[in-house]
Amino acid sequence: MRAAVTLALVGIAIAALPRLAPAYYVTLMLPFMAYGVVLLGLNLLFGYTGLVSFGHALFIGIGAYTGAVLTTRFGIRQMELILPAAALAAAVVAAPVGALCVRYVKIYFGMLTLAFGMVFYTFLLKFYKLTGGDEGMRMLRPYLLGQSWEGFSKTAYLIGPYYYFSLAVLVLATLLMWRIVRSPFGLCLKTIRDNPLKAESLGVSVPRYRWYAFMISAVYAAAGGALLATPTGNVDPTLAYWTHSGNIVFMVLLGGFASFFGPLLGAFVFIFLQDTVMSVFPYWRLVFGAILAVIVIFAPGGLMGFFARRTVTPVSRA
Amino acid sequence: MILEATDLRRLYGAYVALDGVSLSIREGEFVSIIGPNGAGKSTLINVLTGVLAPSAGSVRFKGRDISGIGTVALTRLGMARSFQLVQIFPELTVLETLQAAVVSRLGLGARFLASLAGHGRVQSEALEVAALFNLRDKAHTLTRELPQGDKKLLDVASAFALKPEIILLDEPTSGVSTGDKHAVMEILVGAAKRMGLRAIIQVEHDMDIVFGYSDRIIALHQGKVLADATPAEIQADAKVVDMVVGRRHRAGVPRPAGP
Repeated sequence: MRAAVTLALVGIAIAALPRLAPAYYVTLMLPFMAYGVVLLGLNLLFGYTGLVSFGHALFIGIGAYTGAVLTTRFGIRQMELILPAAALAAAVVAAPVGALCVRYVKIYFGMLTLAFGMVFYTFLLKFYKLTGGDEGMRMLRPYLLGQSWEGFSKTAYLIGPYYYFSLAVLVLATLLMWRIVRSPFGLCLKTIRDNPLKAESLGVSVPRYRWYAFMISAVYAAAGGALLATPTGNVDPTLAYWTHSGNIVFMVLLGGFASFFGPLLGAFVFIFLQDTVMSVFPYWRLVFGAILAVIVIFAPGGLMGFFARRTVTPVSRA
Repeated sequence: MILEATDLRRLYGAYVALDGVSLSIREGEFVSIIGPNGAGKSTLINVLTGVLAPSAGSVRFKGRDISGIGTVALTRLGMARSFQLVQIFPELTVLETLQAAVVSRLGLGARFLASLAGHGRVQSEALEVAALFNLRDKAHTLTRELPQGDKKLLDVASAFALKPEIILLDEPTSGVSTGDKHAVMEILVGAAKRMGLRAIIQVEHDMDIVFGYSDRIIALHQGKVLADATPAEIQADAKVVDMVVGRRHRAGVPRPAGP
């Protein structure tokens, strides 16, 4: 009950934000919402299946580049088409990549995802004619709900229609994931996370369900990636770089992977903290590195760990 | 004949873990496999449950060759197992653990958007099994918070929730206090009757349990079947008693009373 009230209040606050806060802070909400979608998917793999991917920026990149290619090369501007196309492209890549990766666990899984991420990053960087190389590609302002919103300035577009469109996508993605983790499928994932040997003995096919989870998380990451590209108006290979994969894992840890909403909180705190720290201190990674160390050592459950049912001990996750 | 193993051999390098083991399990039997450490019991269980392929020989379950077909496939065919070292899902509740088995048996695992809580059959079957194993009151307890004895029971209960035709129990009372062992076995045998299991195989060290519940005992020694007989015949066999059982359980020595 208390959780429902909190959630309702947070929802109202987010919906009312463009009327209350300066435009700058409203635009900061856009990456939060895009990462929110990415992290819901990443945490299906991390928090619910027990697999830590260090290569998920690959799928963010696929989503963002899908948007850029469709808007600039094919004249497809409708976000309602771009999102499913991004999801489809990610699924096509994730099917073979996932099938290979899920045969491994722990550090081997992490390193293999990292490797595929690096392959894709290099592809983006070196196939200049296709991808624009290190300069990347432009992402033209997408149409929303069939309208071009030509009359809007860039900021008005971002803090108006695009803000609410992103919010709607995040809400939908959240509701869908809420269903998934509470489905029979979600239960099977949790058995795999907790004890793969026992899960198999109950007839749960461990590689198959890991693969499903990998596919879903890739689709989420690509949808988030497509959302992420619009505010900057440009996509470049750093979106797919391994440090970006590291950042999203950091966000999940920051918020808490053991909680459904933890990753969303993590994305929110990360974005606003990064902005604040960067405005006063040029070496934001120094500060964030220290924060990460403190979380892992003292608060392995992340920020949500202070409220959550599942307690997390780093040793048991080793 | 439900389960039949013929001339099983299993080598680890030059070491012979199973050296021509044959056995058969018939309808309605409770069979115990005993033997000292290193006799090949664990290897035998792993071969019988399709985890390990035998180096030679074959295992047939309901007439079908199941050598090395893997755990998941075997579960589908109707064989379940529990583990010597208790295997649980620490972050799931008792009910969720049993639900997972029911979901798996009913083939609902790929339902991405169905509501688990809203699935009446999964709920009721999981609760039924919980009740059979005296775990109903703890249905919403996190498994890692259960006492050791209940963890062991849940490990077995979740295998039962698969409604298998045959179940292999690897030391079902290991880690259970001596006073509780018979209670655990009574629950287990009672549940097997209620759920209509066709056979139970257990590996067990506790000879009170072995002689108290078995229809037949298979004694392994150095990878070979030393004896395959009823408890009374085993007790009368001085060689088997000396090598495997221990003298306290020789024929004529009164067996300790049950619970």
